[in-house]
Amino acid sequence: MPRKVTRRDILAGAAGAIGAATLAPAGQRVHAQDTTKSPGGPASAIGARSPHEPLARGRVTGLSSRTPLQDLHGMITPSDLHFERHHGGVPEIDPDDYRLLIHGMVERPIVLTLAELKRFPATSRICFLECSGNYPTGAGPETKPELVCGMTSTTEWTGVSLATLFREIGASSDATWFLAEGQDAAVMTRSVPMEKAWDDAMIAYAQNGEALRPSQGYPARLLLPGWEGNSNVKWLRRIELADQPFMTREETSKYTDPLADGTARQFSFVFDARSIITSPAYPDVVEPGWIELRGVAWSGRGTIAKVDVSTDGGRTWQEARLQGPVLKQAHTRFRHLWRWDGSETEIMSRATDDSGYVQPTRAALRAVRGRRARRYHLNPITAWRIQPNGQVYYREEPPWDA
Amino acid sequence: MGRVTPRGMLTAPLLAAALALGGAGILFAGPAAAQGGSGAEQGTPESFGFGRAATAEEIAAWDIDIMPDGTGLPEGEGTAASGAPIYARQCAVCHGQSGEGGVADRLVGYTPETTPPFGPRYEEWRGDGPDVPYSIGNYWPYATTLFDYIRRAMPSNAPGTLEADQVYGLVAWILAENGLIGADDAMNATTLPAVEMPARDIFVPQER
Ligand code: HEC
Repeated sequence: MPRKVTRRDILAGAAGAIGAATLAPAGQRVHAQDTTKSPGGPASAIGARSPHEPLARGRVTGLSSRTPLQDLHGMITPSDLHFERHHGGVPEIDPDDYRLLIHGMVERPIVLTLAELKRFPATSRICFLECSGNYPTGAGPETKPELVCGMTSTTEWTGVSLATLFREIGASSDATWFLAEGQDAAVMTRSVPMEKAWDDAMIAYAQNGEALRPSQGYPARLLLPGWEGNSNVKWLRRIELADQPFMTREETSKYTDPLADGTARQFSFVFDARSIITSPAYPDVVEPGWIELRGVAWSGRGTIAKVDVSTDGGRTWQEARLQGPVLKQAHTRFRHLWRWDGSETEIMSRATDDSGYVQPTRAALRAVRGRRARRYHLNPITAWRIQPNGQVYYREEPPWDA
Repeated sequence: MGRVTPRGMLTAPLLAAALALGGAGILFAGPAAAQGGSGAEQGTPESFGFGRAATAEEIAAWDIDIMPDGTGLPEGEGTAASGAPIYARQCAVCHGQSGEGGVADRLVGYTPETTPPFGPRYEEWRGDGPDVPYSIGNYWPYATTLFDYIRRAMPSNAPGTLEADQVYGLVAWILAENGLIGADDAMNATTLPAVEMPARDIFVPQER
């Protein structure tokens, strides 16, 4: 934050020494460095980030990395900052060697090369993709948005709609599920209801205008808008149509939701609505006065209808402004102007989608999921605590199983 | 490995189904249509003819999945005794000598007799005792999944290298150590799908 320019600075002629000295008298330098007096660098083969904006992820493990939500603007996630979660590492696949097999309850089992896949009519859409396990357990006050729920990202995906392929090969009307299998060392498999194929599923080969990155499933992945990340199988090599789910490990012993009543939800694909204020958030330090609260909201059920914001610990709520375009199953930006008086408080956001679903509190979620809930499909309201000195902290939650 | 395909299906009913699901508004909308597409826009031919027919051999080579009723299980057999040395050699380093877990998941665990490891009956059973982890003995609904997963993904440093007999032996060892089959029970394409898993009936498909 540059120091304010005072009248005395100007009178003393000290303007040249300070950053934003646009009021400098004629003849004096405005910037510390004048870039207008010699040509700049040449055009670049690949545009690079400014060295002053070193966007990076905060924590990378061998198995996962996250989107730094607190450092981004707008709704689109740069491809290289899309979250990652792998079960068998990132395979290196030669596109000439790539084959997709579709078989099972179809008239004509088929093998497609990547080039053949790309000959089918293309379709594009912008949507979020989120890891099923996007929840921080045991997070302390010094937790950034990235570590609260940075395993969600929004990009544009281009590929072939699954319906196009299933028509082509004569999918049986008796088929109710299909298996998607990856070409990684986990040979990842998930069963998906056929309704999703006829609705909006696609095989994506491009992201944000260019070929998929290896970490996103190059050369082709399954894309199920609004559905849990794990079922969007990367490095897709095989699809098999059947009349029942295959009951793979990931859809039985993992990614299922034990409930307080003693049953476990299975095939809970669709993400419920969620939101988070990404600015201000830890580690920001704010000053009293006007602050624009900014954040992101999304729902696998549909379109974000509204986001409410509270600046008094959840006692009262005001509707935030949504930033267009507001797209189905995509990150939606919200903003809310607030004048902070310098006293300690908590700020939070609450998303509502067009199905009428309202983002729950942690307590409401805990009542349904129970003490033994696993870390899947959790979407509670997130709060930030602002201290009188302006330091913003993540509001810690009690241990889930307390 | 799914069921046998009914042949000679007509495409027409399918198209009708696609139309009904997609909604005419999207299917025949102009260039300003909503995001994505149904794959059956106006002017789409019956067939593009891209790609080539998959051969039976190609399908057999990749079709490794096992269904809960045992469809897809290969020939072969194994017992806890035949699996134990393979486990010690290839699995114990990550999952512990007795399957108690290590750098990777626990494979053998304490199983509450009458309840999954959550819910009201579990809380009653547990009392003030420590929690029981989610594991094969209390949270896996199908024994067939164990065969499918081990054959495709384990050992994680050399996945896909185990023969059918070895996988049957490893599955038998894990199930026997969990007390879910007898110490001498042989696992094969007939016996494995018949193993009753404690978590068989706790799962309820999500309704939306
Ligand atoms: C190099 C370490 C390593 C070795 C060796 C290894 N595993 Fe694993 N195993 C893992 C990891 C890691 C996972 C979890 C993978 C995941 O969650 O994606 C796992 C998961 C499993 C699971 C699923 C457990 C659960 O509760 O979800 C089973 C079953 C299993 N392994 C069996 C075996 C068997 C049998 C062998 C020997 C043939 C073996 N593993 C060897 C690392 C290993």
